[in-house]
Amino acid sequence: MFTTGAESLLLQAREIRDEELGKFCARVCALLRKEDWGPDAVDALRRLFLIVSATKYNRRLEKPCVALLQTTLCSPTCPEQLQLLCAAVLREMSPCDGLSLSCDHIQNTRQLDLVASVLLAQGDQQQVRSLGRCVLKVLESRQPEGPGLRHLLPVVSKVTSVAPDALHEGQTRALSKRLGDWLRYASVQQGVAHSSGGFFSTPRARQLGPVTEVDGAVATDFFTVLSTGQRFTEDQWLNVQAFSMLRAWLLDSSPGGSSAPDADDRSELEGSTLSVLSAASAAGHPLPPQEWLQEKAFEYCQRLLEQSSRRALRKADSDLQKACLVEAVLVLDVLCRQDPSFLYRTLSCLKPLYTRLRGDPAWVRALLPVAQFFLRHGEAAAVDAEAVYQHLFTRIPAEHFHSPMLAFEFIQFCRDSLPLLGRNLGVLRTSFPNLFKFLAWNSPPLTSDFVALLPSLVDAGTAVEMLHLLLDLPCLTAALDLQLRSLQAASERPPWDVSVRAPGCLEAFRDSQVQGLFQHLLRAQASGTAERLTPLYRLLQPLAGCARVVQCAEAVPTLLRAFFSAVTQFANGALASQLALLLLERSDSLYQVPGYEAAVHRVLGSQFPALCKLHPPLVVEQAKELLEFVGGPRGGGHVLTSVVWAIGEYLSVSWDRRCTVEQINNFFEALEALLFEVTQSRPSTTLPKCPPQVISVLMTTLTKLASRSQDLIPSCPRPSAWDTPSGRWSLHESPFCVRGVSAAARPGPSRPQSLRSCQRGGPQPRAGRRTLPNLPKTASRRGPHPLPP
Amino acid sequence: MVHVFLIHTLRTTKVEEGLCRVLYSCFFGTENSPNDPQPHGAERDRLLRKEQILAVARQVESMCQLQQQACGRPAVDLQPQSSDDPVHLHESPCGAFHLTAGDPFQEPRTVVWLGVLSLGFALVLNAHENLLLAESTLRLLARLLLEHLRLLVPTANLLLRADCIEGILARFLPHGQLLFLNDQFVQGLEKEFSAAWPR
Repeated sequence: MFTTGAESLLLQAREIRDEELGKFCARVCALLRKEDWGPDAVDALRRLFLIVSATKYNRRLEKPCVALLQTTLCSPTCPEQLQLLCAAVLREMSPCDGLSLSCDHIQNTRQLDLVASVLLAQGDQQQVRSLGRCVLKVLESRQPEGPGLRHLLPVVSKVTSVAPDALHEGQTRALSKRLGDWLRYASVQQGVAHSSGGFFSTPRARQLGPVTEVDGAVATDFFTVLSTGQRFTEDQWLNVQAFSMLRAWLLDSSPGGSSAPDADDRSELEGSTLSVLSAASAAGHPLPPQEWLQEKAFEYCQRLLEQSSRRALRKADSDLQKACLVEAVLVLDVLCRQDPSFLYRTLSCLKPLYTRLRGDPAWVRALLPVAQFFLRHGEAAAVDAEAVYQHLFTRIPAEHFHSPMLAFEFIQFCRDSLPLLGRNLGVLRTSFPNLFKFLAWNSPPLTSDFVALLPSLVDAGTAVEMLHLLLDLPCLTAALDLQLRSLQAASERPPWDVSVRAPGCLEAFRDSQVQGLFQHLLRAQASGTAERLTPLYRLLQPLAGCARVVQCAEAVPTLLRAFFSAVTQFANGALASQLALLLLERSDSLYQVPGYEAAVHRVLGSQFPALCKLHPPLVVEQAKELLEFVGGPRGGGHVLTSVVWAIGEYLSVSWDRRCTVEQINNFFEALEALLFEVTQSRPSTTLPKCPPQVISVLMTTLTKLASRSQDLIPSCPRPSAWDTPSGRWSLHESPFCVRGVSAAARPGPSRPQSLRSCQRGGPQPRAGRRTLPNLPKTASRRGPHPLPP
Repeated sequence: MVHVFLIHTLRTTKVEEGLCRVLYSCFFGTENSPNDPQPHGAERDRLLRKEQILAVARQVESMCQLQQQACGRPAVDLQPQSSDDPVHLHESPCGAFHLTAGDPFQEPRTVVWLGVLSLGFALVLNAHENLLLAESTLRLLARLLLEHLRLLVPTANLLLRADCIEGILARFLPHGQLLFLNDQFVQGLEKEFSAAWPR
């Protein structure tokens, strides 16, 4: 608990001055020197730890103090509590130059364990290597002192991960052999229980019988982490430790280190060496250590797969079964990658496992590594990959989107599988509506993952539909909320937002008239069609203020940017045209979440010019729609600004030969009317004041258009256009006269938004930069002027 | 393999005053790569580590706040009703997120977090790790720390109880190694710990 008392303690520890610290150190030294292991020493060391760890800046402790801490650490009589505190203080000070700890002559396993924690924190590769060698020497010795070897295996694991070349091959082989023995040949009898005896009986040791499985039955085979009992022997502890470090060890100790062989290289080998006879059944020949370990690891994993089908008596054991299953599959994957001859045996136990797990929703998280295994080895294994994908991408997201850990793991699975899917990427791509459900429900942790995944998800066929869905993502969140409320019985901690009650929405959800729209929104696969969901926006309005919906809405701009940057890589003219049109249509048709429309407009406003730049003729192709857009009721200033700018930039014969003078004239009239409207109208509560960018871009565009059409040059004024007194300017008053135009704004690309600030709902980026307008050089208001070529 | 274990304060809403404070952190090993071209000063390394841990703590806090908001849970949920109420850890908010390379650690990492009673517990792991095991280990550590440090009592604080935290970590997460411990093993280790620790 963090009370104000604790806050002041923390501040005190930070502000303690050097002289006070010196005096305190002297006190600590005095206590340690006379080996006073009582509560005073404990209290003093606790405070010392707090002082050293509370500040991020270095605390200089006196040399004698540091030396005494090291001595105490290695002292055989010191109780564990104090030793741990000394190690903690030394570790907090790391990296520290004054340490003289060395592991060379330590035989006691606990001491070695403590010294190791300090040395590893130092980060000196030389020290880490020598630590590794010391530990292995102790592991190999016959009678190590101290509580046993089990404290040392984690040290070995850490050493090899920090310094992969710390152990030489002979040591690695020796340890591999022993690990294999510990995995396979641990005792199946429970440890000895010592009863202290009563007044009349003597203390004696009781043999407790064989170990049991998690469902209470007597163990049927060798000991594993899923074997239980009341007490455990030392070799059973080593069994647990060995399995815990197994996968990392297999990866680090294989020749070539932790880089697993490439899937492509191995597939040829897999095809040729698949056989029923495995390495171990070459009868009688003892295997070399690495192969010995691989074989024992394989047997261990097989046993775990069998044990995971039992019904555990305790919930904690049930959770462990799932974790063990996942680990076993991961280890099997490593084994098959290292030695393809394991593949046949592995597949024969994984296929029934997959069938069993598919049907049980409680084991859905364990299904992912199995699916990944089939993806990786599927070609050699002739597994029906299609069926695997179907189940994974169609059913799981729809049923489990509300579980945050599964969502996280599923998206990670998708990212990891991208290189494995190869030609089958289409399956992933068509399932994007289902994948977006994870994102809609759990946007803060998954946004950055989706930004990384989007380039692989989007292709020319699904781009339009995906953009619609991205813009509707907050609506999807609301719909999923309703779906959960309607499907699930009320439980104590329901996954939906309990502070929002929406009885009207629930009824609407069941209304047959909008059923089709809801089903379209909640579809599992890309349908190839787009539906206007406007009726749903109204119906779901009560949920628009929901925190989850708002969080999703805050993530959408980042995703839109990622989408467009991916799409512009491959979009052809037709697609760019379609997307531009979509932008215009959707800019005023969005689910009304507070702040959402403005943020989306900013992004759309910056992306429209990008699309036009990709395919400039689209302005001419979509001239009719653009004309309607500027003439009709408009969305926010950002989109309008970009559209008007694009018109000015690209509506000319030089970009598209089909551009006609009439089109230019029509646009000119429409924009002129618009400019008049925005400058003449008074701002009111319903009509906000027009941003200056709109006015200046209108002025620039009108100038550009005027320079392209002879009809618009006022030296030949058209009576209808110019003489009516009702609000037309004469030449000299016209605000868009070249002489009067000042440096106008042109919308440029917005600054890319930081993902972190988006994740936390941070501030949105500012609008685009201002640059000088790209006025045509031949612009002039005097004399007849031909259209530029 | 766990790289960092940390405990930090967890405010229920952003409105509450104060900063996110790291109450305890343990860096297992270091992040220096063997081919580090620029050997940094020791002080700078330490400063960097502390900043990295604080960055992780802040992100965990904001993830927890966002998750609680999204579920519509009232702020009072994170406070115990009374010190006798057992804390249902399987209902506490928990989640995971990625840290990309360079932000803030050199290598990409995954963070698994758990929020209990205005304290956040987090494990910083390798990018690809057995998350089921990490989650259950984190819940186990949180339960043990809550019980042995008696954190349900309002005046208790863990700033001066580092030895207890170290003792628990040394047994249940030695050198950052995630262990596959079934219930009986856990009970055995707990008994061992209680016996070795004077109250």
